[in-house]
Amino acid sequence: MKRFIGFIKKEFYHIFRDKRSLFILFGMPIAQIMLFGFAITNEINNVDIAILDKSKDATTIEIINKISSSKYFSVEQLINNESEIEPVFKKGKVKAVLIFEKDFSKKLVKENNATLQIITDATDPNTANTISNYTNSILQKYQQEINKNIKIPYQIIPKSHMVFNPELKSVFMFVPGVMTIILMLVSAMMTSISITREKELGTMEILLVSPLKPFQVIIGKVVPYIFLSIINAIVIVLLSIFVFKMPVQGSLFLLAFESVLFIITSLSLGILISTLSSTQQTAMMISLMGLMLPTILLSGFIFPISSMPLPLQIISNIIPAKWFIIILKGIMLKGVGISFIWKETSFLLLMTMIFIAISVKKYKIRLE
Amino acid sequence: MKTIRYIIQKEFKQIFRNKGMLPIIFIMPLLQLVILSNAATFEIKNIKFSYIDHDNTSFSRALIDKFKASSYFNVVTDFPSEKIASSEMLKGNVDVILEIPHYFERDLSKDKKTDLSVIINAIDGAAAGVENVYINQIVRSFNKNAIANLMQPSDKKYNVKTIDSIPSFWYNETLNYKTYMVPGILVLLVTMITLFLSGMNIVREKEIGTIEQMNVTPIKKHQFIIGKLFPFWIIGFGLLTIGLILAKVIFNVPMIGNLALIYFFTAIYLLVVLGMGFFISNFTDTQQQAMFISWFFIVIFILMSGLFTPIESMPQWAQHLTDFNPIKYYVEVMRMVMLKGASFKDILPQFSIILTYAIVMNGLAVWSYKKIA
Amino acid sequence: MKQESIIQVENLTKKFNDFTAVNAISFNVKKGEIFGFLGANGAGKTTAMKMLIGISTPTSGNAHVAGYNVFKNPENIKKSIGYMSQKFALYDDLTVKENITFFGGIYGLSRKQIEVKRRLLVEELGLQDIANELVSSLPLGWKQKIAFSVALLHEPKIIFLDEPTGGVDPITRRQFWEMIYKTANNGTTVFVTTHYMDEAEYCDRVSIMVDGKIEALDTPKNLKKQFNAENMNDVFLKLARG
Repeated sequence: MKRFIGFIKKEFYHIFRDKRSLFILFGMPIAQIMLFGFAITNEINNVDIAILDKSKDATTIEIINKISSSKYFSVEQLINNESEIEPVFKKGKVKAVLIFEKDFSKKLVKENNATLQIITDATDPNTANTISNYTNSILQKYQQEINKNIKIPYQIIPKSHMVFNPELKSVFMFVPGVMTIILMLVSAMMTSISITREKELGTMEILLVSPLKPFQVIIGKVVPYIFLSIINAIVIVLLSIFVFKMPVQGSLFLLAFESVLFIITSLSLGILISTLSSTQQTAMMISLMGLMLPTILLSGFIFPISSMPLPLQIISNIIPAKWFIIILKGIMLKGVGISFIWKETSFLLLMTMIFIAISVKKYKIRLE
Repeated sequence: MKTIRYIIQKEFKQIFRNKGMLPIIFIMPLLQLVILSNAATFEIKNIKFSYIDHDNTSFSRALIDKFKASSYFNVVTDFPSEKIASSEMLKGNVDVILEIPHYFERDLSKDKKTDLSVIINAIDGAAAGVENVYINQIVRSFNKNAIANLMQPSDKKYNVKTIDSIPSFWYNETLNYKTYMVPGILVLLVTMITLFLSGMNIVREKEIGTIEQMNVTPIKKHQFIIGKLFPFWIIGFGLLTIGLILAKVIFNVPMIGNLALIYFFTAIYLLVVLGMGFFISNFTDTQQQAMFISWFFIVIFILMSGLFTPIESMPQWAQHLTDFNPIKYYVEVMRMVMLKGASFKDILPQFSIILTYAIVMNGLAVWSYKKIA
Repeated sequence: MKQESIIQVENLTKKFNDFTAVNAISFNVKKGEIFGFLGANGAGKTTAMKMLIGISTPTSGNAHVAGYNVFKNPENIKKSIGYMSQKFALYDDLTVKENITFFGGIYGLSRKQIEVKRRLLVEELGLQDIANELVSSLPLGWKQKIAFSVALLHEPKIIFLDEPTGGVDPITRRQFWEMIYKTANNGTTVFVTTHYMDEAEYCDRVSIMVDGKIEALDTPKNLKKQFNAENMNDVFLKLARG
């Protein structure tokens, strides 16, 4: 046991002596959460649009005013005919063109109906769709105004309650995701690299011929990183509470427990990667190339898993980050206790055990 | 020139000899391209819908049938009480709860007005907004039919002024996300592979000690750098080519613009990435440090490229930061050329920025590489 | 025995912040001799050598190697010297042949020259069976011998060897020194650092560095006489203990 503690001390020295890596390990997650917490949002704000107003009457001017005063749109330019639309889109700045038909007011008065054409640059389908939705809701409001003297009978009025996030803040959606991604990648990368580094430098053999048992060697290497990751997790949680005003509705204790569990899952994934690779280069490429995009895309961090094709929904189950994001949102935003997230928790536990089991097996084969 | 050829030869041999790396360089990115491009969709569908029907009349059931018929909603179940329903929402089993009040039908015909309560899980605010729009659409159309049926001669005639909007989605009529995502994800993969490989390359020789053997030879700095980076430049092109073929064959992504333009831009763009990798390599002592730094930048570049979330929505300061993000320009150009058929003149702004970037980055790389300590 | 000097060193000094690694050393190396450069670990051998081979700039003093100034013309020095170290010599993930081609190539040999040299080298060292093997699969002794020959490919005027026989068995060390003699006989100057005192006896002249200074420099015979010692090992111990 004494030997073991001595070994852990050595690992700590390694880490704390390399000031540059230490700075990277602590500085990067902070920089990233600050940056992404503010910058990543899929709300639409100030989208540049162009307007082709063929009638230029009181009504169209009023609607244009409403559109340009909304926070969603900023009217970038006015164009005079259809042939200008294509070049405007090709430049890439303007995302939509609104076309008011000729005699807009006249038709609205005479025929009770006028038409507005919304042409969107649908290379980005999400923005295109959202622009179309927002424009419609502005139009809808305008119609209510002009029709306010008319009472329509038999109205069914849906009253929507947005629970857990009444202001629809996208911070609530993305901060848990950013936390997860950073913890996952940093933890997995750190362990996989530090273990393969010893292999590559040949120092692993020295450790293995020492009286320490192989699992002690591995645990000894991992313990300092658990410690580092916990500090990282604490800093990230504090930032998200105080900077991004994330609530913690549930128990802080449960949050701490789940975070430690997730850190251990990520570290054991790192160990697994290190048993699969013989050089640092391979380990890094697996943990960077192999984990980064799948974790970002399949964890539900940005894109809703329920909209994905079924095979991908199934694959997403093996992404540990998916479960931790659910857990985080549950504890922080919904305020649920363990009885609501035991399933996710046991998935993480199970994955950790599988990662460790495979690593131990691989490790033994190598030793024989 | 001859010297450079020998270095290139050596680098290629070393890359292709490392059997563990080959699948990581060539198979993994392409596999990710094929699989992950399907994942990146903001389209909201399969919404987990549940309801509490207190009215339980043929009228209320007709409303629910409308939701059942909609392709957006996936009617999971009905709940007897609000309490059970909200517990299921806490568990994450349902996204939307529609609560139809007692006397829903009776109130509508008597009071000429009734409310419906809709509870939406809004953690994903954007999705919740869209779900709300869908729900309103269904209710409105249901309402329209109901009005037609319920209209009594005694009811006043009314004339509503309406403005119709006709949306048309250019370049991507069916709002196909893959068309949008495939070129972008391809960009990410090409960038990641080339940055990581070049970032690790020199520092690896430092760590093994081989760099010293190179430094005592009379090769010139630029020969060394060109020789080192050229293979990755080629690998970048290789990945791009295979990726474009997959994009065409598997995803049928339109390629309206000139492919030569894409290759031309890529040629310069890769110089930026490789120069950056080389620069990182020069400033670090171990592969570990080099990787952490490359990782830091690549995550920022990816998430702030406008690929997954729009740049216009970011706060002003963050938008200015994205001006330094090479991936942003590459993604823009790929989409502009492939999907909109942009010409060289259209991409000139992006091109000149990338060119400047390439000159600066490689200048820094040459400057920071010291043969003599 | 009057021969021209191929390495001239005057008051060469290298400081790292406050620490003086090499403290004003001066010596000459004659053309064609085997010059042993001895010293305990940390005495400053490697630092001194790095300045001479042009990968480290001296803090002060002066030195000429193969007629070129270490401040002004380090790149020209590199053309005239060969270098081999224990730490690294050949690329592990290339074959013997590929290593030869690569190093020949970057030293500017023509394709034909490389071809000829390679054939000669393979024959001389009896490498026929292993020429296409990866270097990583060879025993250390082989690697060192091949590395030495590779460092000589471009026929340098001087070859610098940094502890070339570290970790190698006695028989291979013997063979290695035979190669060194042969090289010196062909007129190439050999500048060698070593830990093995028996190897010091093989050198024409030996310098011994202690704490950044050269404390002794002469032929092994004279040194033994001067320090009244039986062998070089005793000379070294007497010097190192002060």
